[in-house]
Amino acid sequence: MREPVEKDRGRPAVRATGLVKNYDTVRALDELKIEIPAGTIHGLLGPNGAGKSTLVSALSTLISLEAGTAEVAGLDVSTHPGHVRRKIGLVGQSAALDEILGGRQNLVMFARLFGLSRRDAASRADELLAGFSLVEAGQRPVSTYSGGMRRRLDIAVGMILDPEVLFLDEPTTGLDPRGRIDVWNSVTAIAERGTTVLLTTQYLEEADALADRISIMKSGRIIAEGTPTELKRQRGGDRIEVSAATTAEARAIQTALVSTGGPEIDLNEGTGVVTCPAAGGAGDLSAVVRRLDAAGIVADDIALRRPTLDEVFLALTETEDA
Amino acid sequence: MSIIREGLILSRRDLAHWGRQPWTPIFNLLFTIMLLLVFAFIFGGSIELPGGGDYIHFLLPGMMTLAMMFGVETTMTTMANDAKKGITDRFRSMPISDASVSLGRAGADMISSTVEIIILLIGGLLLGWRATNSPLAGLLAVALLLWLRFAVLWIGICLGLTIGKHEGATVLVQVLVWPIGFLSNVFAAPEFMPNWLGAVASWNPISATATAVRELFGNPTGVTDGWLNDYSLLAAVAWPLAITAVFVPLSARAYRRLRR
Ligand SMILES: Nc1ncnc2c1ncn2[C@@H]1O[C@H](COP(=O)(O)OP(=O)(O)OP(=O)(O)O)[C@@H](O)[C@H]1O
Ligand SMILES: [Mg+2]
Repeated sequence: MREPVEKDRGRPAVRATGLVKNYDTVRALDELKIEIPAGTIHGLLGPNGAGKSTLVSALSTLISLEAGTAEVAGLDVSTHPGHVRRKIGLVGQSAALDEILGGRQNLVMFARLFGLSRRDAASRADELLAGFSLVEAGQRPVSTYSGGMRRRLDIAVGMILDPEVLFLDEPTTGLDPRGRIDVWNSVTAIAERGTTVLLTTQYLEEADALADRISIMKSGRIIAEGTPTELKRQRGGDRIEVSAATTAEARAIQTALVSTGGPEIDLNEGTGVVTCPAAGGAGDLSAVVRRLDAAGIVADDIALRRPTLDEVFLALTETEDA
Repeated sequence: MSIIREGLILSRRDLAHWGRQPWTPIFNLLFTIMLLLVFAFIFGGSIELPGGGDYIHFLLPGMMTLAMMFGVETTMTTMANDAKKGITDRFRSMPISDASVSLGRAGADMISSTVEIIILLIGGLLLGWRATNSPLAGLLAVALLLWLRFAVLWIGICLGLTIGKHEGATVLVQVLVWPIGFLSNVFAAPEFMPNWLGAVASWNPISATATAVRELFGNPTGVTDGWLNDYSLLAAVAWPLAITAVFVPLSARAYRRLRR
């Protein structure tokens, strides 16, 4: 086969447009478009069945597409799947390891399959065991590993060739907080070495903590994209929430804040929480406190709230339904 | 040839499994040996052969043939488990040849079946079975057994790749191998069966191999006339060839179809 032309150095790690994949009646990918700059961690968020795994499978050459083009590391996945496979590491949604073999045996076997000589495979395995804190468990069968260790070994296998692009499909699902943090550290370390990471997740705080940019996916489409901060800003800026013990007090608070010229003061009668925008952040907070003081009102609680990614996510995925 | 290299690496994975869990293959062997003992001692006295002969001489080649045929289930299950656990998908995401995964499976299963044949031969010798022909004929008999194993291996790979995901379908195959295995001349001579049953049993590919292996070992075949008497060797080569010719392309197609 002719060597495919590799594109310029500044090319994105992943570039896909118009991707369509149908399963029976389900449109798993619906004219999907995504671009991931090289060297970044890209978070892919979406509810169950959004098509995250389907996208990962398509980009890692596992499934055929009905329409659209996808390039990974500058290579077309449909016309040059073999070349793409040399550039990627895939860590699928379920740990793809040999449970009977030891961790080291797994690494050596996969490294040999990747074309490494016996000696290189052994030293690469030892390197990776050390890098993923699995040296002590290296000889034990994988069936005795904890979920976190299994996931780290799984990622280590994906890293054998030091791929240009690493796909991680829900790497922390089912892990305890300790295991999750271990995996997060591994992912950060991988990205620091220059590998582009596409990470799907159900956990918004995970995307928030790790990802440079986030795509929110629903029904086979990307419905929002940006840095975590950008996405949160879309949802509205910081807010101040003042809670009152009674509805009457809450009304008094609302009146006090409105009378001093604040716009969009919202009162939730049910919870007794008064919310106002706070574009000025902490400065606005002290202004509110002063106003309440002047009006002689003692509030239950006053807090500056930033929108969370959860709110962004819920808002986006809900409005699409309507 | 990278495809051979990859196949060998994958076959070695199974050998490493035996090193880690020697009990699994040992239990499989014990099961075959138990069947051998049950038929030799419990039914042996009551089963008569056309043309005479001691039952153990008739039984052992049949048991070996049956063991080869039951291999279809081992191959299918192993293949299906890898697919379920996502290991197959990982292989598919790696820069290896499409055929390597199946070749690795084939290599491992052929090695384990060779071991199985050797154990059964030893067990047979302990029970009084003897081969009376030349060593060369004996080797040819073993080759025919492995040839059958090689053929059903591709049925196993094909089934594992296609219906492996469906628990019910794999159980169905596991159940079906029994009547298919028993509807043959492995345990009893078709000539003493009801007419229609005897005809079905004679045409069973397993019967061809069993008869040819019996002849080559110099054991009683339980066949005194009919086409099987004359052409068992040819049939023992042709049946597996036909199966292989059908199921190798089907397996390749099933593997490619994982891309859907
Ligand atoms: N092999 C398949 N056969 C049939 N339908 C499929 C197949 N794979 C995925 N689908 C369907 O495609 C849609 C997208 O599935 P996908 O697994 O990509 O979602 P996901 O975002 O990864 O979900 P989850 O968070 O549950 O992993 C779903 O409706 C799913 O049922
Ligand atoms: Mg998924």
